[in-house]
Amino acid sequence: MKLFKIFKNGIIDENPTFRLVLGTCPTLAITTSAINGIGMGLATTAVLIGSNVVISLLRKFIPGKVRMPAFVTVIAGFVTIVQMLLKAYVPALDKALGIYIPLIVVNCIIMARAESFASKNPVLDSAVDGLGMGIGFTLAITAIGSVREILGNGSIFGFRLLGESASPALAMILPPGGFLVFGLAIGLVNLLTNRQVLSAGCGASEAGCEGCGGHCGIQASEKEARS
Amino acid sequence: MLESILITFLSAVFINNFVVVKFLGICPFLGVSKKINTAVGMGVAVIFVMTFSSAATWAVQEFLLKPLELEYLQTIAFILVIAALVQLVEMVLQKTSQSLYKALGVYLPLITTNCAVLGVCLLNLEIQGEARFLMSVLNGAFSGVGFTLAIVLFAGIRERLETADIPKCLEGFPISLISASLVSLAFLGFQGLFQGLI
Repeated sequence: MKLFKIFKNGIIDENPTFRLVLGTCPTLAITTSAINGIGMGLATTAVLIGSNVVISLLRKFIPGKVRMPAFVTVIAGFVTIVQMLLKAYVPALDKALGIYIPLIVVNCIIMARAESFASKNPVLDSAVDGLGMGIGFTLAITAIGSVREILGNGSIFGFRLLGESASPALAMILPPGGFLVFGLAIGLVNLLTNRQVLSAGCGASEAGCEGCGGHCGIQASEKEARS
Repeated sequence: MLESILITFLSAVFINNFVVVKFLGICPFLGVSKKINTAVGMGVAVIFVMTFSSAATWAVQEFLLKPLELEYLQTIAFILVIAALVQLVEMVLQKTSQSLYKALGVYLPLITTNCAVLGVCLLNLEIQGEARFLMSVLNGAFSGVGFTLAIVLFAGIRERLETADIPKCLEGFPISLISASLVSLAFLGFQGLFQGLI
């Protein structure tokens, strides 16, 4: 029952995209089509589960002071594995996602979960948390990708919805459409749930993930420096 | 030579602007753009780190990864180099220039995992031709300038948003993203700026 709660937490209560607003760069960049969203989501999920499990296993051995570089190294290792697998088995997807695959390393979701969950909880819980967060992220970016693909290309998952004569709004699959759909989507979620966006992953900053890495320790020290 | 430098400049700053066209470094773009002066500070720090990390990762790639045929370790090697470099820059600044350290100090640690920095280092690998080192470093610096331009422009808009009357559910992130969409639309106007030139 507890595991189910952790799982649901990642998908609904603390959805990384709509609630925590983490990992905005891939959310905006690769959601030009629904299939890209699924691909990116699953790649991130794989890295998230792997890094959560390993960091949870090592949580008693990593000294507090060097935990950030240690986490980054673990995450980068998993990203490299995923990148090589994609290159070998789904080269088309690897091409479509391009530079954003290696950039999963600096996706704030992964660092934030490592810092705020995996480094404090047992292995099984951490794995389920990674799975839940990953699926939450996948669902969110696939939804954004679907909207942009329908509006900007008149198709979904590659199937044409509109006839030849209809001309789709090309701007929706160009950069401005990404910002617009993402902004309106968060607004809609806020309206439906009647809640404001939660503060970012570690609850440290009012402005979301300032360093694009869920750098809680640094954010805290920066707060001290500011005050 | 001069022509290709000019093209790199226009491309990195306007046409392929890192933030609003390539979607790299969105987090600091949204996070540190509340006031114009903090935006300028962040921008300068990013230019600084991007230039140095472009040079450092070029060296790692040429002299370490290529001879040892370890190119698949790029991601790990680059992120560690960038993290170490940021620490080093911070220490050097602290010792040599107190005023610069005071201005940039708080932003430097935040940049370590800024996707724009790792992004520019990875994109530099695609640069071909003879003067690869020079072009990589220049591309890093110019991309930083593009980031600064976008974040400062956006901070100007956000200062005005503070007093605007906005529906409750759009306050905060959503309205920022929607205004970013308009900034991005403006930058799209630069597309095809010198199609005749290339």
